[in-house]
Amino acid sequence: MAKIINLAELDIKKAGEAIRSGQFSAHDLTEAYLEKISTRNADLNAYLEVFTDALAQADEVDRKIKAGELSGPLAGIPMAIKDNILIAGRICSSASKMLTTYHATYDATVIAKLKQGGVIFLGRTNMDEFAMGGSTENSAYGPTKNPHDLSRVSGGSSGGSASAVGGDLALVALGTDTGGSIRQPASYCGAVGLKPTYSAVSRYGAMAMASSLDQIGPIAKTIDDAELIFKTIRGQDKFDSTSTDDLATSKIPAKFKIGVPYDLLGAGVTEEVRKNFDETVELLKKQGHEIFPIEMPNLHYSLACYYILMPAEASTNLARFDGVRYGCHVDGQDMIEDYFLSRGAGFGQEVKRRIMLGTYVLSAGYYDAYYGKADALRRLIAEDYRKAFAKVDVLITPTAPSVAFPLGQNTSDPLQMYLEDIFTVPVNLAGVPALSVPTGKNGTGLPFGLQITGPHWSEDLLFALGREIVR
Amino acid sequence: MFTEQEIDKLAELSRIALSQEEKQKFQRDFESILGYISELKNAPVADRKLSADDHYLTNVMREDNDAFMAGANTAKILAEAPKSDDNFFVVKQILDHGEDN
Repeated sequence: MAKIINLAELDIKKAGEAIRSGQFSAHDLTEAYLEKISTRNADLNAYLEVFTDALAQADEVDRKIKAGELSGPLAGIPMAIKDNILIAGRICSSASKMLTTYHATYDATVIAKLKQGGVIFLGRTNMDEFAMGGSTENSAYGPTKNPHDLSRVSGGSSGGSASAVGGDLALVALGTDTGGSIRQPASYCGAVGLKPTYSAVSRYGAMAMASSLDQIGPIAKTIDDAELIFKTIRGQDKFDSTSTDDLATSKIPAKFKIGVPYDLLGAGVTEEVRKNFDETVELLKKQGHEIFPIEMPNLHYSLACYYILMPAEASTNLARFDGVRYGCHVDGQDMIEDYFLSRGAGFGQEVKRRIMLGTYVLSAGYYDAYYGKADALRRLIAEDYRKAFAKVDVLITPTAPSVAFPLGQNTSDPLQMYLEDIFTVPVNLAGVPALSVPTGKNGTGLPFGLQITGPHWSEDLLFALGREIVR
Repeated sequence: MFTEQEIDKLAELSRIALSQEEKQKFQRDFESILGYISELKNAPVADRKLSADDHYLTNVMREDNDAFMAGANTAKILAEAPKSDDNFFVVKQILDHGEDN
């Protein structure tokens, strides 16, 4: 009989110690997660596929641990992987009909690093198609539900990964974040989510959406776990020329100077989110940290800027799906009709919308007015952060303007859905790191999240302050 | 107002076949999204194109030699293609037989 393991109480450290000391094996732990998945995934739809060889992976890790070949902190840790990160030989679909039967031909760099550490891959998790969305309702395979309330969204686009971690269907997970896709679902599902500094983690093997914004990062139960995964996957990689090894460690102050861009907290933020945020501010003051109101005059252009740059980049990145080299192919009368029919059948509505929007802002006559202007503004937004960090160590805001919203609430109005990204998007535009930490729950049990943002390469600061805030 | 002709033009440039229903929905969606992103027109910057001299960007160069192992994944990659023959992707003919140029 399988050993009884209390998954709710586990984190990577406890699980790793238990495995290494023989209290339970990687096999036992993997089996416990598979059992949990078998009872919960039908409701949550967090996993698109549970790998049938998970137990075989665990047995191999157990063997290596016994043989002394594996001893690190990740040996035997069961993990969920967002469906846009390649694991060699396995299907990777980006939750799109375009790639229903596509098998990854190689391991993403982050996967290779985790494999080396002895991680068990439980399965691939649901997401908004090609990471386009903030609720995982744009998946071609149905929405992922929130583990704290099945009538609500998990957030997105890494909703499956967040729901799996929040619902104890995985000990930790990987997501990708282009405008908030790790932090917002982590916040909605009561998990910790890190969007690392742009270029800290190699994107080789992550399906590209907007290459000047995309980052891979962890969704975890604790800050320690997020830190451990981040430190495992980061570093320069010759297969991603944007990755660098700059591992400048920040000096952690005993008392932080914390900035709050109060102008951004006005319209659109729900009363309960604002109240929870103000409580955190009070808590930080009591702990002796100093709070400063900060003006960042260009931040309110972030969303308009983002919804020009991101679709522009996505429209070029997704040009590769042509029905010739991989994925969905629908036969037409000639070559060009093959393109039209394959892309028309393979892509979902949000993906089509963004490709066309990107094509529009890049087209002759509009390029300067839209793309040129957005690119210039992006620099001003980055400059706002640089000036802010000359005065304070970190900035805090809520991660999202509301708690997880009801399924279907924003699906008919894409603009409304886009406005949910107000706090997370400027961080990607500036390329700085941000951490979402849980800050309690509302009266109906829905989690709140706080976003801590720091200068480039300040992840250590975010973890340090996060540990004081998390509740 | 975003016209159906404009949607058709964008769909053509994007190489995407749209249903009538999608065309109508996108007309409305683009109207509201473009209305929103057009607020940038009032932003206090001159239009500017990307330039390499921005202080936070540095160019990364490498020799054009061994970044990828030629042929190492050919079989695996071709196995994912909807149609392939020998070492080639199969596409439809784009020139008529008998044409000289």
